[in-house]
Amino acid sequence: MKGEGAATPASAAGRLSFVNGESVRRLVQGDLASARVVLGLVVIWIIFQSQNDRFLSAENLTNLMLQITAIGLISVGIVYVLLLGEIDLSVGAVSGLAAGVMAVLNVKHGWSPYLAIVAAILVGTAIGLLQGSLFSRFAIPSFVVTLAGLLAWQGALLQVLGSTGTINLTNPKITGLANTFYSDAFGWIFCALVIAGFAAVVLFGHRRRVAAGLAAESVPTLVFRVALVATISIVAVAVLNSDRGVPLALLILLAFVVGMEYVVKRTRFGRHVYAVGGSAEAARRAGIRVNAVRVTVFAIAGSMAAIGGIMAASRLLAVNQGSGGSELLLLAIAGPVIAGTSLFGGRGSVWTALLGALVIGSISNGMDLLALSSAVKFMVTGGVLLLAVLVDAIARQQRQAAGRV
Amino acid sequence: MSSDGALLELQEVSKRFGPVQALDRVDFAVNAGEVVGLVGDNGAGKSTLVKTIAGIHSADEGSIRFEGNEIKVSKPQDATQLGIATVYQDLALCDNLDVVANIFLGQEEISPGPGEATRQLDEAKMEHRAGELLSSLAVTIPSMRTEVGTLSGGQRQQVAVARSLLGEPRVVLLDEPTAALGVPQTKQVLELIGRLRERGLGVVVISHNLSNIFEVADRIVVLRLGKATGDFQAEGTTEEHVVAAITGVGEAGNGNKEEG
Repeated sequence: MKGEGAATPASAAGRLSFVNGESVRRLVQGDLASARVVLGLVVIWIIFQSQNDRFLSAENLTNLMLQITAIGLISVGIVYVLLLGEIDLSVGAVSGLAAGVMAVLNVKHGWSPYLAIVAAILVGTAIGLLQGSLFSRFAIPSFVVTLAGLLAWQGALLQVLGSTGTINLTNPKITGLANTFYSDAFGWIFCALVIAGFAAVVLFGHRRRVAAGLAAESVPTLVFRVALVATISIVAVAVLNSDRGVPLALLILLAFVVGMEYVVKRTRFGRHVYAVGGSAEAARRAGIRVNAVRVTVFAIAGSMAAIGGIMAASRLLAVNQGSGGSELLLLAIAGPVIAGTSLFGGRGSVWTALLGALVIGSISNGMDLLALSSAVKFMVTGGVLLLAVLVDAIARQQRQAAGRV
Repeated sequence: MSSDGALLELQEVSKRFGPVQALDRVDFAVNAGEVVGLVGDNGAGKSTLVKTIAGIHSADEGSIRFEGNEIKVSKPQDATQLGIATVYQDLALCDNLDVVANIFLGQEEISPGPGEATRQLDEAKMEHRAGELLSSLAVTIPSMRTEVGTLSGGQRQQVAVARSLLGEPRVVLLDEPTAALGVPQTKQVLELIGRLRERGLGVVVISHNLSNIFEVADRIVVLRLGKATGDFQAEGTTEEHVVAAITGVGEAGNGNKEEG
């Protein structure tokens, strides 16, 4: 089913036994891929900064964070779907519909904002469950199921909004999601917690490996990793504090990225997601309930789309007929792919949702600052996506030539 | 036929697919610490026999005894639970996962604590156990964290065999374990089969390659057109005898049921 995983025994037999060290392979395949994207991001930032010195200002960087929240959250769910080697084309429409449901329940029916938000997320979950079940039970390609969903849920949004077409959000709990900023002191406390938490996780993992008598990373490597995260956190909080402060929206995005990365990398369910994406047949024979994994993943994608849609509506202060439409879907898929999640399943991480959203958001934001037309924006974004996939494909070919021959 | 205290014993097992008699009253047995080579031409019924033992097909007639008790295997889980592990030719490994993840696929260890769904995988424990398992089999892999897709065919076969041992089976069925392997890799796998015998397991090896079978098997069972046409002690038997039983030309072994 997945072309990528189908190394035949015959071709395997032709390979000489493998001499590269594990760390070398990891660097080439994983860390270097991320480093490449980070490097690309730095280049993008330098280019825009040289054209307009407001680009790297604290105000604009804060705006950038607010702009990428919705797309990043949707991409988190997309990563799960991509890891299965599937696609979900409905996430944009689902994000719009969920926001519409929240707006109607809160504004027109007077529901409490919390209940309206929960209901909206559950709409996303239910849609994901439905699409995932149709896909796995009847073996309809996910592309087709979710394409039908894309159309249907767009229609549902129009239906829900009714004749007015636009619903303005006024409830401070809802609008606060994307428009709340924390004090400097809170920012630094948060920063300290992140650094301490990361250091604790690294140290605990190291101790466990040593206790089990396994090869563990050297202490300088661990110190370097903690120092890197600490530097990024401190710089980020310093920049955000010099403008309006750390935004709630960014915390929500980070919480989901970290939480969903934990689920996919550290839990049994996450392992099964990778297994199904690598080889569904192998997973089935190993006793994994493949269809349950698939349905759950689509439910996650629907839920994350709904959460992204709620954040987008909160930022816009309204839900309208265009919510969740236009390029949102394609950018939410392009982001993780640009940042290194494979379209063929089994390879990638939730971290790429954040990184990809940063790349795409930076390009979009920078071109807005330069007052470029939509025509140019679309063409440039398309070019960057193609370039990223091309670089990835070339890297994969080199990896096969170097590591597998 | 060594039926005294056989670990796994099939008696008069028959299986029919529509008009095709895939297995016709086949007797078959494996003892603990014995490697049985199962040979025969294409369509002779080797795979059907293995799949019947593994619970993929259920026998139409006949009985299967395991450790002296009559058993019924109607689905693969039955066989696994009894202690019959099967390694199929296509191995069913996930190329994108590392060696440890593949060995524990579907049986992952998780850390203690509340809430099973959100509990962390116990990677250290799995890596430790997988390392012990592989070193007890003298399998050499560059690293336990190597992606299986980057391993050689022989190493992949060894990982697949190691995985089948995780549930501590008594009988291991290997379907064409040396097909498509080069000479040094075939040697690795045959040595691994020898170590399974040393562990006291009953091993059944299907292969087209008679010289491999002679190298590793204690006993060779020949199937032809769904019937067991020969049962040879490997020692003192020549390839010609076995080929004759496979093709149905000339004499066959002590279990001769030839019809020309």
